[in-house]
Amino acid sequence: MIQIQVNNKTIEAKPGEMLLGALRRAGIQVPTLCNMEELLPTGACRMCVVEVEGAPALVPSCAFPVREGMKVKTHSQRAVRARKTILELLLANHPDDCLYCPRNGSCELQSLAENLGVRQRRYTGLKSQHKIDTSSPSLVRDPDKCILCGKCVRVCEEVQGVACLDFIGRGSQTTVGTAFNQGLNVSSCVACGQCIRVCPTGALSEQSHFRAMLNAIDDPEMTVCVQVAPAVSVTLGEEFGIKPGADIAGLLNAALRRLGFDYVFDTGFSADLTIMEEGSELVHRLQNGGRLPMLTSCSPGWIKFVEQFYPEMIPNLSTCKSPQQMLGAVVKGYFAERQKIDPAKIFTVSVMPCTAKKFEAGRAEMVRGDMADIDLVLTTRELARIIRMRGIDFNALEAETADTPFGERSSAGKLFGATGGVMEAAIRSAHFLVTGKEMENLKVQPVRGLEGIKTATVKVGEVELNVAVVSGLANARKLLEEIRAGRKDLHFIEVMTCPGGCINGGGQPIGTDLEAVKARMQALYRIDREEGVRVSHANPSVQRLYSEWLGKPMSDVSHKYLHTHYHAREVLK
Amino acid sequence: MSQTTASAGPGATPGSDDKLAHVLATFPEAKREYLIPILQAVQESQGFLSREAIVRIAGHLGLPASKVFGVATFYNQFRFQSQGRFNVQVCRGTACHVKGSAAVLNAVKRGLKVEPGQTTRDGVFSLEVVACIGACGLAPVITAGGDFHAAVQPDKVNRILQSYRKRAADDAA
Amino acid sequence: MMPLKCCDRCWHGPERPCPDFITCFSEGPRCHADATCSEKAKSRLSALRRESVPRPAIFVGTGSCGLGAGADKTLAAVRDYVSSKGIDADVLEVGCIGMCTAEPMVDIQLPGRARVSFGKVTGDKVPALLDSMLEGKVPFDLVLYQFRSQTLEPFEGVLRQDQHPFFAPQTRRVLVNCGIINPASIGEYLARGGYQAMALGLRSRTPAELCDTVEKSGLRGRGGGGFPTGTKWKFAAKEAADQRYLVCNADEGDPGAFMNRAEIEGDPHRLLEGMAIAAYAIGATKAYVYIRAEYPLAIKRLNEAIAQAKAMGLLGRNILDSGFSFEIVIKQGAGAFVCGEETALLHSIEGRRGMPRPRPPFPAVKGLFGKPTVINNVETFYNLPGIVLNGPEWFASVGTEKSKGTKVFALSGRVARTGLAEVAYGTTVRQVIFDIGGGIPEGKAFKAVQIGGPSGGCLPTEHLDLPIDYESMKSAGAIMGSGGLVVMDETTCMVDLARFFMDFIQRESCGKCIPCREGTRRMLGILTHISEGRRGEKGTATLERFQGVMYMQRLANVIRDTSLCGLGQTAPNPVLSTLRYFREEYEAHVFERRCPAGACHELLSYRVEAELCKGCGVCVKSCPSDAIIGSLKQPHEILQDKCIACGTCVETCRFGAIRAA
Repeated sequence: MIQIQVNNKTIEAKPGEMLLGALRRAGIQVPTLCNMEELLPTGACRMCVVEVEGAPALVPSCAFPVREGMKVKTHSQRAVRARKTILELLLANHPDDCLYCPRNGSCELQSLAENLGVRQRRYTGLKSQHKIDTSSPSLVRDPDKCILCGKCVRVCEEVQGVACLDFIGRGSQTTVGTAFNQGLNVSSCVACGQCIRVCPTGALSEQSHFRAMLNAIDDPEMTVCVQVAPAVSVTLGEEFGIKPGADIAGLLNAALRRLGFDYVFDTGFSADLTIMEEGSELVHRLQNGGRLPMLTSCSPGWIKFVEQFYPEMIPNLSTCKSPQQMLGAVVKGYFAERQKIDPAKIFTVSVMPCTAKKFEAGRAEMVRGDMADIDLVLTTRELARIIRMRGIDFNALEAETADTPFGERSSAGKLFGATGGVMEAAIRSAHFLVTGKEMENLKVQPVRGLEGIKTATVKVGEVELNVAVVSGLANARKLLEEIRAGRKDLHFIEVMTCPGGCINGGGQPIGTDLEAVKARMQALYRIDREEGVRVSHANPSVQRLYSEWLGKPMSDVSHKYLHTHYHAREVLK
Repeated sequence: MSQTTASAGPGATPGSDDKLAHVLATFPEAKREYLIPILQAVQESQGFLSREAIVRIAGHLGLPASKVFGVATFYNQFRFQSQGRFNVQVCRGTACHVKGSAAVLNAVKRGLKVEPGQTTRDGVFSLEVVACIGACGLAPVITAGGDFHAAVQPDKVNRILQSYRKRAADDAA
Repeated sequence: MMPLKCCDRCWHGPERPCPDFITCFSEGPRCHADATCSEKAKSRLSALRRESVPRPAIFVGTGSCGLGAGADKTLAAVRDYVSSKGIDADVLEVGCIGMCTAEPMVDIQLPGRARVSFGKVTGDKVPALLDSMLEGKVPFDLVLYQFRSQTLEPFEGVLRQDQHPFFAPQTRRVLVNCGIINPASIGEYLARGGYQAMALGLRSRTPAELCDTVEKSGLRGRGGGGFPTGTKWKFAAKEAADQRYLVCNADEGDPGAFMNRAEIEGDPHRLLEGMAIAAYAIGATKAYVYIRAEYPLAIKRLNEAIAQAKAMGLLGRNILDSGFSFEIVIKQGAGAFVCGEETALLHSIEGRRGMPRPRPPFPAVKGLFGKPTVINNVETFYNLPGIVLNGPEWFASVGTEKSKGTKVFALSGRVARTGLAEVAYGTTVRQVIFDIGGGIPEGKAFKAVQIGGPSGGCLPTEHLDLPIDYESMKSAGAIMGSGGLVVMDETTCMVDLARFFMDFIQRESCGKCIPCREGTRRMLGILTHISEGRRGEKGTATLERFQGVMYMQRLANVIRDTSLCGLGQTAPNPVLSTLRYFREEYEAHVFERRCPAGACHELLSYRVEAELCKGCGVCVKSCPSDAIIGSLKQPHEILQDKCIACGTCVETCRFGAIRAA
């Protein structure tokens, strides 16, 4: 450790690190707009400039390495005035429509304007004007609100390996856009929504249309069923000031009932169902010389990624629908039959940590006849907005349980919310399917944690199963390239589109940092540790579904309702 | 890949395929370092960068199309529409400015009835404003079809343009 | 091209390099004693230096400037003349000597006589010129000067070149060959001592010694920053790396600068030699020349020179058997001013958008493809052979205490003699503009000189006696820059000029960092407000104009203080320096809504001078607001309430009948 002088106090810094990191650890808040955790600094926004003794100009703390004994002033009048001027320059080219903006209240620009005390329009003049891109089923891009920090461009390329966005043009004419500045729908965008998560303004947001849902709730003839994804209950609280990592599943159920949903289900149930089907499919492939490695299919951004960039690997994808779609299908199939409701009178809503789920719900393969498995997808953020809109006070709620039959889940199904969770659940059940016995220790440590690519060899009966767990599509690309180049040892690969899995999904609360993601992950592990039913095949509701309706995994009924297929996609890539 | 090419839109012209392949073949090594030289070579051979060309260059180098488009739009040199027979460049460097190039530019705009970046309807001229040609000693300077015209005054502009119109008409005849 | 040999028995070539090739070439063969060989070598050398010519030699300057002024027609006329009259003469192309106003230029050397230069020799003047000269009579209307020679007979009554006011104050070290030798001939370069410094460096100096020599000479980067070259080299040389790169920055983007173009067009081998020395000193084996695509002739010359040098084993593997191998790749820029910035330039070579990145890490540590990289300007390389060959003391013998050597300036704008002038540091601005440049033409008064391109500043009359060096330029609010000097007279409006630069900068900003991207755009808006719209001002426009002026200084300071790269940090300079020296002109625009120089057309009033107006009606047709009335062949009139002050009528009137004031 070295010592540096900041605002006349000595603080510690690690040799070679950038100044910003040391400042943050010391509790000195220097604003940033373009800085990204874990990625190299670009020094674009200049918001983090500070005064360093001896330097002729202000220096960006994000990109300035610490030096022993350096003297820094972070909030001198010169530095603060510079920041304020930079912000005012951004505002001079920003539509003043905060009240109508999806990021009203969660906008970094807005809070910076408040923190820096912007009270007048000092700089005026022409503003850039662009068209809003609403072509994607998942995302909306409003380039007028873009401040060109470049975070979306970087996350899309460096984290997700998709690179459908780049800067276009130069100077004040610069915009962020796709190839030929066309709609996201014809680009290679996989709708993961990571760009929304990192966007400091309202330039990127999710497609949000829930009037049909509100109408269905108001319609006495409609049965409205909602399902909540495993990762939502450990993140939604953050929208209401509850610290990251708190599980509020019970309160969430209560809130959803207050909103008027007739049935509240848990996607963890269909996660268990997925394990039954996918586990059986894996065993089947292993035993019958099927295409390996088998790739998981729960994450719709990943599916689109394979369809676009690795079409030759489509046969490797599991044919299982994702838990969201499975639950929609069984609600409109089995549940409708059992409750004697016309499936056309059922409206299925899912609350997902994900924007790609919106795209997935609209896939042609996910519609039987004119009936979609899922009628509407809400992100975690949208649900929070609706809860606020409807005046529901979380503090005044009592925890409630979800509805039968699909409110019941194992803790393995809950693990789906984090990277490695599908794999852990699958290993537990595959072990049982193959050996007829439970594993001695259910915890599969090597597939846990936030690392981008994890591999493990697991003994399932006589078989040594080589598995890999990947999150973040750039990591997936790395692994797929290895396979393309001839790597053959792997049997089963779990891929989650977003780094860390759904707990860090593109539909999650804005302002997520690495610490929050870790806390959410720990919450899921805690639930798994503490609950009784820890394997998917032991979920009594799943067992009943098989005995009453599906028969056995991979049956004809399963195939009709729970499995799907994929197709190669031509996009601008 | 071939499907993408076929559906590449208005940029695709018959026969351009082979020319493009020919240019790409001169850069067998697929390194990003060659991106700008390839864009330059393709523009040299086709006059502009078609949509098809950008998609195929991206494929050739294994780069996302967005990145190729991003690079191409960064530099002044690259064009995305076909150009007139003669490209008229009006230098707006400092020396030219001080010697009245703003009036020269206005005269060219009046003479061609187009704005910078546009091509005349008859396809004879396209107009471009350039930062500095580096012939400051001869300011103000314009070029047309690659020929230099030094010490241009607004009243000389029409005569210059007329000589190229005549050349275009003669060639057509 | 047949590779040149030092003699018939010479075995030197790229495959089998001879360590003594360069020495043999200039002094005769070393590997064998042969009087005939030596004699032959001597006479070939003499011929290459044109110490005497066997038949008339006619040199036509065909640099870009020359061609722009019609040198291609001159050349054709010369060839035509020679062939149609059956005259035994050599017609040769040379680069640009730097007197742009005198282009197209022709030099004629008759056997036994001194070489004479003629200016403004357009094609139509060629026959008369040659008629007269071939009879030994100098046509005094065209002659400029003759070259000094010990042996050749001079012409009576013709100035020596070093007496000509354009050349007398110059110290030509970098431009020594420009306009004199044939740039397409490696032989002529070799005959004038070319590649001797490289040979000396490779054969008898260690890389560390070369770094020391250059550091000791006091050579500072000629691209504008003025960083000590030797020190920069040492930074890169001490980085452990499997590969280092050398980059030549020939992206001469400053409007008003064209010295690098002329240097490469006129003497391309000197660049290669300088680069080889630098590469050897820093341990690089590969170099890139990043050159503007707008310079096709320079690129052609450079390609030719590289091919020649390779063919003669002066580039490539194991140069002169020294064990040093060196390769040069030409990369054409694609038109982005910001690529003159080091890190942007590197990104551009790598095939990316030319956007700068934060430094540190500096390119010397982490540059091209992540490897230690030294980036030097063209002119920096041109200085190296002299330093290595003549020693650092020789180099430092001219210049000032902190700025050693000479600098090439590109003189343009409202000055009588435009062109390239190489002067020792410490020469005053006045000497360059008034002695070399011949002052302001048309009896107008000098107002300011813009130094250093868009990043530079404007110096007024009171700074004319400032000695040109890095420090004094900076103290006066300008920068050395790459060496563009644009002269302005009383007809230039300084507010308009500031606006011109701001327009340039905001278009050329890469768009990455906010202060530069948004700030320059707002500054342009403020300046536009000031210089436009007297009639169109409605609503709160007046208030906004005042508000803009109020915040302009603050904005300029923040842009300077926070921008990511040098382009942004210096972007407000043209505004700050004009504000500093020409405040009253701003005030006239802001408060009185008047442009004293008469350049901001929206602030002028227009009227027709009845006695000059022929009533042709052209202005009526061109007026966009139908503000001009009058019958044919009768003096016209401008309706003031309809006039929008666009100035079109002034530009279109062929009789100068419209007065703007």
